[in-house]
Amino acid sequence: MQPEARILPVTPAQSETRAQLALILLGGGVFLAAALFMTLGARGSWAFVLQFRGMKLLGLILIAHAVAVSTVLFQTVTANRILTPSIMGFDALFVLSSTLLIAFMGSVQLSGLDPRLLFAARLIVMTLFSMALYRWLFLGEEQSLHRLLLTGVVFGIFLRTLAEFVQRMLDPNEFMVLSDMLFASFTKIDPVLMGIGWALVLAVTLWLARNLARLDVIGLGRPVAVNLGIRWRRDVLLVLALVSVLVAVSTALVGPVTFFGLLAASLARLAVGTTRHAVLLPAASLTAMLLLIGGQTLLERLFAFNTALGIVIEFFGGVVFLILLLKGGRR
Amino acid sequence: MRLGLAFLLVAALAAISLTVGVSGLSLSRLLAGDGRDWLILWESRVPRTLALLLAGASMAIAGLLMQIVIRNRFVEPSTTGTVEAAGLGLLVMTLLAPGAPVIVKMAVGAVFALGGTGLFLLVLRRVPLRDQMIVPLIGIILTGVLHAATTFFAYRADLMQTVLAWTQGDLSGVLRGRYELLWLGAAMAAVAWIAADRFTLAGLGRDMATSLGLAHGRVLALGLSIVSGVTAVVVVTVGIIPFLGLIVPNLVSLALGDNMRRAVPWVAVSGAGLVLACDILGRILRAPYEIPVGTILGVIGSLTFLILILKGRRNAA
Repeated sequence: MQPEARILPVTPAQSETRAQLALILLGGGVFLAAALFMTLGARGSWAFVLQFRGMKLLGLILIAHAVAVSTVLFQTVTANRILTPSIMGFDALFVLSSTLLIAFMGSVQLSGLDPRLLFAARLIVMTLFSMALYRWLFLGEEQSLHRLLLTGVVFGIFLRTLAEFVQRMLDPNEFMVLSDMLFASFTKIDPVLMGIGWALVLAVTLWLARNLARLDVIGLGRPVAVNLGIRWRRDVLLVLALVSVLVAVSTALVGPVTFFGLLAASLARLAVGTTRHAVLLPAASLTAMLLLIGGQTLLERLFAFNTALGIVIEFFGGVVFLILLLKGGRR
Repeated sequence: MRLGLAFLLVAALAAISLTVGVSGLSLSRLLAGDGRDWLILWESRVPRTLALLLAGASMAIAGLLMQIVIRNRFVEPSTTGTVEAAGLGLLVMTLLAPGAPVIVKMAVGAVFALGGTGLFLLVLRRVPLRDQMIVPLIGIILTGVLHAATTFFAYRADLMQTVLAWTQGDLSGVLRGRYELLWLGAAMAAVAWIAADRFTLAGLGRDMATSLGLAHGRVLALGLSIVSGVTAVVVVTVGIIPFLGLIVPNLVSLALGDNMRRAVPWVAVSGAGLVLACDILGRILRAPYEIPVGTILGVIGSLTFLILILKGRRNAA
């Protein structure tokens, strides 16, 4: 990043070039990482390796895209750069709703159900919950960012411990079923769910692609946006519903990852230096892919660590969060 | 007088705790000198009850001490990185010197805990705008970062099971010979009581305390050392008991105000009582299985914490 870009006014053309350059670099990086991921250390039949790793790669791309886009959207709607859905407890909500579903229905009934139906049920529960949470936190009186963050973080802890408590109340057998449902890893993704996930995420992405300008206006904040003809409440709730869908997809596939979205979104903002969604959304998505695929390749192939990627991401994401908090205090 | 009633209540809870468990005890058989019943009582129930009392009281006092010294209502060892750092220290000892006696492991844990607290204070110092909310927020995130580091090493060394034992306050494994270290924790908490006035002064802030003739830095160091020591003892013997040190002092101060010397006995009694009640609940809710006390307190504690935060919102508005 050029340091003078911060001080001198940047012309639109300059910022456009920079954004394009960043996107191209990111895209190239993702392509390279994906190629390495597919080929490095392969032994035996290529047909098998490519198919096996191709599935994993599709999963990683899906998760990266869902997490990054949901984070950027959430940040746009709430008008700040620290909040992310998972920090506000969305992931924990998903874990809790799955737990409650098993607790009330029992694993026998659940295993008889179509997994797609089950996923739909969890999705609806979660969307309703998150709408309620959002209205309570954001559409009420104006409040300080720190209190909001703390509320979200503690609320997340509450939901997680509540889920843990309900899990303890379950039969050990039912608990086994549940932990299979909840604690998937980046490398072990259910193909049926992945199909649904791709369909949902593609639909959301298409809607977003047609409404990029509207997102830009929402990002200007409520007063300006309303002046420019945005129906604030309706549009914001719609965007939040989309966020819920994306979070549900990623959480259903890999389980909760608290700081990944924040890490990807913050790095993408740093890279493109613009808030235009036409640039920011793809950049965040590509950054997330680069982190996830590159990280997985490095850890799996070079260091032979298997599922530690989530932990490494949590570590660096947490550090980024602290830095953002400290910078926010300085301003 | 009211404190006496509270003591009685806790004593009653302790008596209940002696009788609740998977294998039944009966008074008549105890009086008849039944060997099996006495064995269960001495080897398991009495140690467990004592461990609950000691851990509850000393963790609650540690929380109070930390809140006074750091001057923030929402800090306690599990929201400042202290607990996680202690766990990291124990993990390091398990990796490097697995044969070391528990007291040595605990000492190393305490040193790490102090280091974690120091790191937290160092980060805090970089925040010029210190509103009440950002302090625990930074602490919780720091805890998450330390937790990720601990998990990473534990995962590499195949020690996840061991780490899980520390991160979940669970007393089902407490037997005679496995909890006595907690007396040391209680002794440290007692020092905090004796020196309560100094800490109250230190809580007025450095300038004020110094002008009143207090060696502020030294008192601060003593306070944080006590907190770290108690934390390490509790983590190594029974595991993390989350939010106890946060909610108990806050509830007590709602009732009594902020004088530490007056608050300490109340905090100790309420902390012990709350942990006892939660553990008894954990033993009967899902008998014959047990729900760890850490899980129950996690739910109650985080909910109370949430209410405290939101209550502040209404007051501020």
